Parts: sequence; C-alpha cells; structure tokens
Amino acid sequence: MTATPGKDAVLEAHATNRAINSLLTSLPDSIVKAKFDRNELTLTVARDQIRAACKTVQSAGYNFLETVTCVDWYPSEPRFQVTYHILSYGLKERVRLCAMVDSIDPSLDSITPVWPSANFYEREVWDLFGVRFHGHPNLRRILMPDEWEGHPLRKDYPVEGYR
Amino acid sequence: MVEFVQTSTLLEPRPVEGSKDTTMVVNMGPQHPSTHGVLRLVIEIDGETVLKVVPDIGYLHTGIEKTCEAKFYQQVVPLTDRIDYLSPLTNNLVYCLAVEKLLEIEIPPRAQWIRVLLNELTRLNSHLVWLGTHALDIGAMTVFLYTFREREEILRIFEHFSGQRMMTSYFRVGGLALEPPINLFKWIQKFINILPEKIDEYQNLLTGNPIWINRLKGVGHLSAEDAIALGVTGPPARASGIDWDLRRDMPYSSYEKFQFKVPISHDCDVWARYILRLEEMRESVKICQQALDGMPEGDIKADAPKVVLPDREKMKTQMESLIYHFKIVTEGFAVPAGQVYQAVEGAHGEIGYYVVSDGTAKPYRVHMRYPGFATLQALQTMCEGRLIADVVAVIGSIDIVLGEIDR
Repeated sequence: MTATPGKDAVLEAHATNRAINSLLTSLPDSIVKAKFDRNELTLTVARDQIRAACKTVQSAGYNFLETVTCVDWYPSEPRFQVTYHILSYGLKERVRLCAMVDSIDPSLDSITPVWPSANFYEREVWDLFGVRFHGHPNLRRILMPDEWEGHPLRKDYPVEGYR
Repeated sequence: MVEFVQTSTLLEPRPVEGSKDTTMVVNMGPQHPSTHGVLRLVIEIDGETVLKVVPDIGYLHTGIEKTCEAKFYQQVVPLTDRIDYLSPLTNNLVYCLAVEKLLEIEIPPRAQWIRVLLNELTRLNSHLVWLGTHALDIGAMTVFLYTFREREEILRIFEHFSGQRMMTSYFRVGGLALEPPINLFKWIQKFINILPEKIDEYQNLLTGNPIWINRLKGVGHLSAEDAIALGVTGPPARASGIDWDLRRDMPYSSYEKFQFKVPISHDCDVWARYILRLEEMRESVKICQQALDGMPEGDIKADAPKVVLPDREKMKTQMESLIYHFKIVTEGFAVPAGQVYQAVEGAHGEIGYYVVSDGTAKPYRVHMRYPGFATLQALQTMCEGRLIADVVAVIGSIDIVLGEIDR
C-alpha cells in the first residue's frame, strides 16, 4: 500500500481550491485532516467549528448542500464521522466536509442556520445513528416510529433487529 | 389500559384557552390516493386556506441502507431497483458508477452508450407515470389512460432485455448483465419514432384546457433562492430558473458526447414544472436517437476478471474463468478502501450514492441521497397561503415516489 500524502501535502497541492483557501483564511486551525482520493476532496474539520466551516465554504461559492450523513466506525474512537457533501453550481465541483464525533456525547452543531435543507438530513442522522445536533429546530425521529428504541444504522445494532 | 401513542405532536397543540380557535388540523394520507404512496401530511387550515403543512414520512422505511451493509457489492444492485421503483435503471446506474469509481475500472464505450440509452428510456417511463397521475389528481382522467399505453410499451421493452418489467437489475458493476437482444434497438427506434406525436397528443389534451390552466398557473410558487436553500433539485429547481443539470454540467457515462438542451423556466409554478417536464421528454427522445445512431461496437463488460462474471461459455470451458466465477459468487470481490460520492440526474432530481469501503467484499456504508426527501421540505413554502385543493396539485408537480423518500 502506498503511503497517503499528509494534510500539508494535500493542502499544498490544491492551494488554488476555493474551499481550502477560504477555510485557511478565515478559520486557520479548522482543518484537521485533508485527503484527495479518486478526484474527491475530503476535509476533516474540527467538531466545534463545523457550522463556521460550512458558512465559510458557502460564501466561497459552494452554494448547494447535497446531503448530510454519518458513518459509524465502531469500535474505534472517535466513533461517528458526520459527512457533508457540498456542491458548487458555479465551479462545478464538490467538497466533502467531515466531522469526527466520539461516542461519549455524540453531538455537534446543527447547520440548519446555514442551509435549511439540512433539517431532514440531520433528523435522519439523529434517527438512525443517534447523533444530536445543537440548535436544530425540530430534532425528532423521521423514518422510524417515534417510540422506537435504539438507532438502527449503528454497527452494534443487528441487521435483523433485536429479537 | 391501552396507551395510545400521541400522534398530534406533529403540530403545536390547540391554542391557549380563551383565545379564538379558528383553525382546523386535517390529516391527509397515508392512504390518500393523491399522495402517490404512503405520504402523510398534517395540514393546518383556516377555512380553506393552508397555514401549515407538516409531512410525516417513514411508512415505507425498509432499512435498505442497513441491508446493503450485509450484502456483497454485487448483491446490492437488485436492492437499488426497489427504491425509486419508477426509474430502476437510473438507480442501478448510480450505484454501479459509484462502485466502479471505487474500483477505478474503465467501462467499454458500448456499455456506456447502452446505459445512456436505457437511462433516458427510464426517464421517459418515470415522466409518463408522473404526467398520468398528476393529471388524474387534477381531474383529467383521460390522460392517464393515454400515458400508461406508452408506458406499457416501455415496460415491454424492459422485459425484453432484462426479463423483468420493473425490477430490471440490468446494469452490473463493470458493465451490463447480458448482451442486449438483437431486435432491442429496432424496437426502441420504433417506440421513439412514435413518442413525439404522443407527447403532442397529451399536450393537445391538457395545455389549452381552461380547467388545467386555472388549476396550475401561479400555484406552488418556489423562488430560486428557496429552491437552493431547501435542497430542491431536478425539474422543480429548473422550473424555478436554476440552470443546472448533472448530465450536462458534471457528465458521467459519456453524456458529454450527446447534444441536448436543458429546458429552463422562470415562472416557478406548477405550470412551469409541467411544461418543463414535457420538454425534457422531447430532449430524452433526442438523446435516445443519438445513442441509437452512434451505438459503438465492442464489449459490454469491463476487462476486470476479478470483478466481472465471465461469459457462460468461458466458464464452462476454461479453468481460470471457472475459478473466478466461483470466487465472485461465493466470496464477492474486495473493493479498495475509500469513500466516493457519485451523483446522477434522475427523473426527479439529483440521485447521489455515498459508498464507503473498508477493503472487504461488503460495503461498509451506503448512503442514498434521493431528491424527493429534500424536495418534501419545500412543501410548506409552496403551499402556504394557498387553498387546500392546491396541495394536491403541488404534490403532483414535485413528482414524489415514497419508495425513494423512505428507502
């Protein structure tokens, strides 16, 4: 396996990228990890700066939020990788922001003030993964019934459910 | 004592005592015929004016994303058909493209062109169902019978090349499942020759009809800013003046080799969405024609023996092919670790698959972004202040399929 280039190398190689530029300018210590793989740019952002980071890339021209989702890396910590796919209609490119959330208190800031469309997506992540979003207007279950126990898409939740 | 689950939590409870209670909460669905499935809307009305619309979804949630994590990569393909059951081939396409991007394999041109051809046929299928049911909701029953006549022909074509009318599963990771039957292209040619006439026929029935015009014009206004803020994509977004089509702007599966127009409208209402989808159908016919005219020769499967099942003939005669066949079927194929997001322009908007691999033969995580899920959030903006009868027109115009919303 070839060694993946580190954060600084990726940032240097994509110095002209608008998302990286704007994040380095207005939130210099927000990027924790950067990866460029299969023509897709992934920036891991510090958990407490996710809302500010989204606002920054939005003003840099990435105007459309495609999806918010989560990956459960159980049993490693931090466990949850909350993933945002953001598209720019003008630049015709996409950036993926990630925030790592540990399992002790799985929560982070909601980005509904930046993109109202995150509303349903964050409800889905809460419903299926149990990650809470601070400042969300209506954080209820969306796909599972209201009285459901557990969060089905977690890796320690059996595929056929608890019997 | 039986304890009932409190379902009225969707809306704020009744106004405080003493204040004048003038509004009423109406429950629409999940069995309402105009909700195209099992959508439930809790609507607060004042007289006949809609104040608030709260969608309640999840009645069709089957946990497909969870199921994917327990399947081999190739076993996920039939699951994707069942999500948006009106455009099965588009779902197959986006999943295959995502996994192919992870595997970094090249697809032969012939397979790519057949994918484009069938993908556009799927779009026509979905738009025909949309037009029929939308008109049926508004009260124009005849159109439904006409569009389903053409849709039946598309389903016959589907059955001809895949053996299934709806759940085709025809695209595989690395190419196509089978060589298409010899008279398939002739049949499609015959179909797209007559279709423009049929679209004229639908337009004759609807476009000049005063009832149709009154029910559609100016209803369900959605501005471009709201469309972007609320995550609306596809025809509803283009009817609000957003000039964005993934087929043209971020081409996949050799769409860059096709010439087609992307219809745009600035009227932002249900009428604009109706006109725009009809235009899209005409453009789809043109793309089908180009695909048929320039269909390249060659293989329909990529040269990747560890991923693509060998030909039946080779499997029976060559030891190596037999081993690969056995390995793929019993153990699946390992996909290098990584994460990709692949988006395509579906009939209702942007369909995106986010596939995470941990290096094994089963996907670690498959997330499906379907347009209906986001578009549903715009319902409040489009219906607020309008009459309750307009809710039906608006639901029809955003063309929802509950299978894709609940997954």
